[in-house]
Amino acid sequence: MTAQTFRLPQGGRISREEALTFSFDGQEYTGFRGDTLASALLANGVHQIGTSVKLGRARGVFAAGSEEPNAVVQIEKPFPEPMLQATAVELYEGLAASSLPGRGRLADEPDPARYDAVHTHCDLLVVGAGPAGLAAAAAAARTGARVILADEQPELGGSLLGTGTLLDWAADVGAELDAAPEVRVLRRTTVFGHYDDNYVLAVERRTGHLGEKAPAHLSRERVWRIRARRVVLATGAHERSLAFGDNDRPGVMLAGAARTYVNRYGVLPGRRAVVFTTNDSAYAAALDLAAAGVEVAAVVDTRPEPGEAARVAAQAGIEVLRGYAVTGTTGEPHVTSVTAAALGEESTGRELAADLLLVSGGWNPVVHLYSQAGGKLRHDEALGSFVPDTCRQAVEVAGAAGGPASLPACLADGASAGTRAVEAEGFAIREPLQLPAAADSATSEPSSPAAQLWVVPGADPDRSFVDLQRDVTVADLARATGAGLRSVEHVKRYTTAGTAHDQGKTSGVLASGVVAHLLGVEVGELGTTTFRSPYAPVSFAALAGRDRGALHDPVRVTALHDWHIAHGAEFENVGQWKRPWYYPRDGEDMTAAVLRECRAAREGVALMDASTLGKIEVRGPDAGVFLDRLYTNMMSNLKVGRIRYGVMCGADGMVFDDGTVIRLAEDRYLTTTTTGNAAAVLEWMEEWLQTEWPELKVHCTSVTEQWATVALVGPRSRDVLGSLAPHLAVDNTDFPFMTWRDTEVAGIPARVCRISFSGELAYEINVLPWYATALWEALYEAGRPQGITPYGTETMHVLRAEKGYPIVGQDTDGTVTPQDLGMSWVVSKKKRDFVGKRSHARADASRPDRKHLVGLLPDDPGTLLPEGAHLVADAPLPEPPVPMLGHVTSSYRSAALGRTFALALVKGGRELIGDRLYAPVGGALVPVTVTSSVLYDPEGARRDG
Amino acid sequence: MSPRTPGADLPEHPDFLWRTPEPKRSYDVVIVGGGGHGLATAHYLAKNHGITNVAVLEKGWLAGGNMARNTTIIRSNYLWDESSGLYEHALKLWEGLEDDLGYPILFSQRGVLNLAHSLQDVRDSVRRVEANRLNGVDAEWLDPQQVKDVCPIVNVSQDVRYPVMGATYQPRAGIAKHDYVAWGLARSADAAGIDLIQNCEVTGIDVQGGRVVGVQTSRGRIAAGKVALCAAGHSSVLAGMAGFELPIQSHPLQALVSELLEPVHPTVVMSNAVHVYVSQAHKGELVMGAGIDSYNAYTQRGAFHIIERQMAAALELFPMFARAHVLRTWGGVVDVSPDASPVIGLTPVDGLYVNCGWGTGGFKATPGAGWVYAHTIAHDEPHPLNAPFSLDRFTTGALVDEHGAAAVAH
Amino acid sequence: MLLIPCPWCGSRDEAEFHYGGQAHVPYPEDPASLDDTQWARYLFFRANPKGPLAERWCHTDGCRRWFNAVRNTATHDILAVYKPGEPRPVIA
Repeated sequence: MTAQTFRLPQGGRISREEALTFSFDGQEYTGFRGDTLASALLANGVHQIGTSVKLGRARGVFAAGSEEPNAVVQIEKPFPEPMLQATAVELYEGLAASSLPGRGRLADEPDPARYDAVHTHCDLLVVGAGPAGLAAAAAAARTGARVILADEQPELGGSLLGTGTLLDWAADVGAELDAAPEVRVLRRTTVFGHYDDNYVLAVERRTGHLGEKAPAHLSRERVWRIRARRVVLATGAHERSLAFGDNDRPGVMLAGAARTYVNRYGVLPGRRAVVFTTNDSAYAAALDLAAAGVEVAAVVDTRPEPGEAARVAAQAGIEVLRGYAVTGTTGEPHVTSVTAAALGEESTGRELAADLLLVSGGWNPVVHLYSQAGGKLRHDEALGSFVPDTCRQAVEVAGAAGGPASLPACLADGASAGTRAVEAEGFAIREPLQLPAAADSATSEPSSPAAQLWVVPGADPDRSFVDLQRDVTVADLARATGAGLRSVEHVKRYTTAGTAHDQGKTSGVLASGVVAHLLGVEVGELGTTTFRSPYAPVSFAALAGRDRGALHDPVRVTALHDWHIAHGAEFENVGQWKRPWYYPRDGEDMTAAVLRECRAAREGVALMDASTLGKIEVRGPDAGVFLDRLYTNMMSNLKVGRIRYGVMCGADGMVFDDGTVIRLAEDRYLTTTTTGNAAAVLEWMEEWLQTEWPELKVHCTSVTEQWATVALVGPRSRDVLGSLAPHLAVDNTDFPFMTWRDTEVAGIPARVCRISFSGELAYEINVLPWYATALWEALYEAGRPQGITPYGTETMHVLRAEKGYPIVGQDTDGTVTPQDLGMSWVVSKKKRDFVGKRSHARADASRPDRKHLVGLLPDDPGTLLPEGAHLVADAPLPEPPVPMLGHVTSSYRSAALGRTFALALVKGGRELIGDRLYAPVGGALVPVTVTSSVLYDPEGARRDG
Repeated sequence: MSPRTPGADLPEHPDFLWRTPEPKRSYDVVIVGGGGHGLATAHYLAKNHGITNVAVLEKGWLAGGNMARNTTIIRSNYLWDESSGLYEHALKLWEGLEDDLGYPILFSQRGVLNLAHSLQDVRDSVRRVEANRLNGVDAEWLDPQQVKDVCPIVNVSQDVRYPVMGATYQPRAGIAKHDYVAWGLARSADAAGIDLIQNCEVTGIDVQGGRVVGVQTSRGRIAAGKVALCAAGHSSVLAGMAGFELPIQSHPLQALVSELLEPVHPTVVMSNAVHVYVSQAHKGELVMGAGIDSYNAYTQRGAFHIIERQMAAALELFPMFARAHVLRTWGGVVDVSPDASPVIGLTPVDGLYVNCGWGTGGFKATPGAGWVYAHTIAHDEPHPLNAPFSLDRFTTGALVDEHGAAAVAH
Repeated sequence: MLLIPCPWCGSRDEAEFHYGGQAHVPYPEDPASLDDTQWARYLFFRANPKGPLAERWCHTDGCRRWFNAVRNTATHDILAVYKPGEPRPVIA
């Protein structure tokens, strides 16, 4: 363990009483609570954090926040996490990190942490808790408006934390905001996305900074989905780098960052510094470093007449090289000396010994969110950067995010932006915010204007880095423009500049400047690349939130679900529903179980939970007219007490859904839909009713979950039902096929329908879901002597397929008409129109080679065709492409037929009945014979028992 | 210095790409839209038909629309004969494109898995695999364990909400590097003497006596013997300028990338049911496509809840991605047709051609679309491969309905 | 996530709504009288402007009612909402 030899004896916002042990690249170190990983490493004299992705060059800490391009690390413990910026990782006990050659590593074990999301609304969202943001939030909060203040740091203050000014004021404002009932202060919260209608996304890092002590019950990260009436962006500015020779060595650092390490963390980033600047702000850094004991060898200022700031520095004994630029550095790899040369002159330059080189190429307002929000940017010549111009949303920018601003100006700007925003929402100022007197030379109005220097003359372009993380140099940019590229977007892609982890926060404007310089155009004319969400990287897990595992999609179960589980059912997902698939007995595989279930339904009695079928009550004086328009067949002439099967088509004429329609009363129908389509059919009905036929007096109500439905099937079903329904005449004369009766079954009020999806005598018994289990158990008990057997969806499918009943979505695929299914009988010729009718008259709908639903019998009765297999006319197969006649839609082993069979959609299939076709399966051709789609009981003799 | 990260750097682009010419007053062919398809069309007009008095007009920067925004998946395992013919032709061209262009396009035939999550998915998948094989397209049906063998990081546990029940696998499918593809095509077209004109927005289409005669642009009028529309999401606007309508709707489609990660994902995985498509690009970033936004828009910007759903789906399939980070999201504008198949062919205006309606899947067709579109332009009639993709099919009803096979994921 | 002003419920998140495409495309009075081209126009051709579009939305997860909106497809700005059957508002 090494000592923190670069830690100042006092000062900073760290808790020196709370020492923390951590490791980096296997070496143990100590730091303090309040450190970042970067500040703690610097305190220990560790500057090289990694190597660059392309050239493998040593790289150190370059910035002090989320704009860091270099110091990207791999977290190893407590849980592996790739590519975090050491400057944004709060130090905690037991943190283990390692350097990266530009690529991170994912854990190969599941992430045990929990993540969640919160929706919230506010009158005003203030992004950034620096001087402008604090003033904006405080001024707005005093009106009683609902205010959210979000900042990525653990502590409020923003740039004040780095400059060490007005910290008491920041703390006071923070306390006031924390105490205000309508205010929410979100610390450690990065606002990363600004979308339409001021929908703003932020991620709060809630427990990561606690390391292994993070409570498992708390979400590690939380996404805030904020809908704000107004937004004030007080996002500050990022310092810009400068491109000169070997500007990427460890020891080269943004001037403002170095100042932050001294003031906020009590860390000396070096012992002897050179400052390279184009503007006044770096002088404050020089003075702060000097005051902390750093020997400032020189300030190299590109401006020939830098003005007041330079005079103050000189007065403090710092040499100022006016009209000079740094052209290169040396060091192995850490900087040991810096070469400065006079601009515009042939000179050999001066060697300045230094272990720290501060750079400041000016400041870029953080306009990412503004741009995401639809704000337009304009280029500010004086600033050399892009600044907010106009925004179509209710968004204001305050402080340095809007351009150059002194500290007093930031405070005033923030207060007025906050006030304006909430006043616009109707809140009145009751108690104006008193702003503190602020004097900070660094952020006061520049005494002399900043200069722009995009390419340092005399510097080696091959070693002048623009994008540190992508290893993009001035020479690379020159190569791109030399290749003929004129768009900054092309140059970015040619060189990959700005596409790395930091998304070019410190390099983007510099890259634009260099390209503009190379092309001889204005930066403003060239423009910048687009700012895209997220502002800073966000973990997949945070965005996924709780929508994982069992909560990924809601599970719907029927009232009988527990019974199914207790009786060993295997389940099938049907939409969101869990449906029993089959009920294997001990030692049974699926095939055996399904054959047994089928036999029971055909020979004895069986029952199935049919509750998931969609049920829609259609009510009103025009209900019949309405259904006539949606179903292909007539429904208005259905008599009360009777039931009819119906098919719906889309306007394109293709089958959309099918089911039964029950007429409950003159003005009341109950329609059923397929399980998967229940919601779609209701929406379909509502769409037509509300948008096309509002004159129809009809209401549609989903009653799917208001009824539990049990299908009681088989030749012995009448006996079972009869034994439990004393008031019901169950014989065929009194209760014929496709009618319904209200009665009691096992003492439970029930609606019994004579519907059969198997061709057997069958009843569908509908009861309130509360009674579902009682009904089911009563039937199960009453049917015991007949060997009553529960069956699942697979058996249902076999039984219906034996009868040639199609399943919408399995035997149809959106390209199939009712006529294709051999169901012309369900398509009314009498009705003037129904949805889909006109499409049936199109040329393509009457092609003789349309695909028809037919049956298939493999020559070998034991061969089960795979569903999805195709059919060809001839054996052996010709070379591809092989003409295909159709495909197998359903294929089963039939207990009743004693063999396998299939349904298929085959071109002109009804004309091919009796013909031999072949199904290529696994390299062989399986011969099959085309048959009618109805393979079992074609006379329909069994449905009445 | 440490060694360079293997594979972390891509091949350098060449020292010269293309000229920046001033538009001439007249061209034999004007291609509207300098995206992948427009550039490929230019390339094949020159290469296959010797037609080089051609301008490609691009309102922004070359290949800056959907070409720069897609997730670069290339496959040909479509269901219908018409589609597989078109896409397989494209895939064969992809296999020779690097040599054809003399440009590294990083076409990596790492295979594509299309996952099945329900019994109906399985049926549809087997149907597609069998159709592909009979059409001469490589395709396999894999059970969950075989899926795991191909892509070990896919969660094939049966204890998840929608377990993986298998997958179709096309080994010849893969990814390429979109900028390299576009630039290779652009360089080739430029070298053939075709003018690539950027920052040139078409503002009007001049039609005389039912025949196109030129275009109005932000850089003046340009006369043209033939005009070929090739502007993806903006096709409706251009068709409107020529006085006809297209059966397409423009929607935002989003995608995203992670940071660079060590290689974990050897193939491409797509899931319609769980709405994921993901690959790991050459440098190491995970590239993922999200769902399409429901409403019409030209904003190149989608809604964030689509991304959130996408992430939830991704973690269902790839739990190890939990702590990967989204680095950048973006949106494109896709033009969706009623049958999820493109429109390539003639229009009601003589000499005016249209190529649109590719929805989310245009990238994979780039060379194939360029090839048949160039043929259509050169001969004033469709190539047999694009004949089924006429505008006329919406009248006859002879659609090429790829909703089942294409759905969201491309 | 657009904020969509449902004319019955007030402003709600986009995720509560279902999009219904272009408004004011009535189902033909007598489809049988249309030729294939006219029928194809009804089935498949919808306006796709870059700019204001009168379109249908349904507040599926709210009141389940349909309404119309004029929305600028180039900006996502919703310029008007109105009930089915009402004429498209004139927007300057």
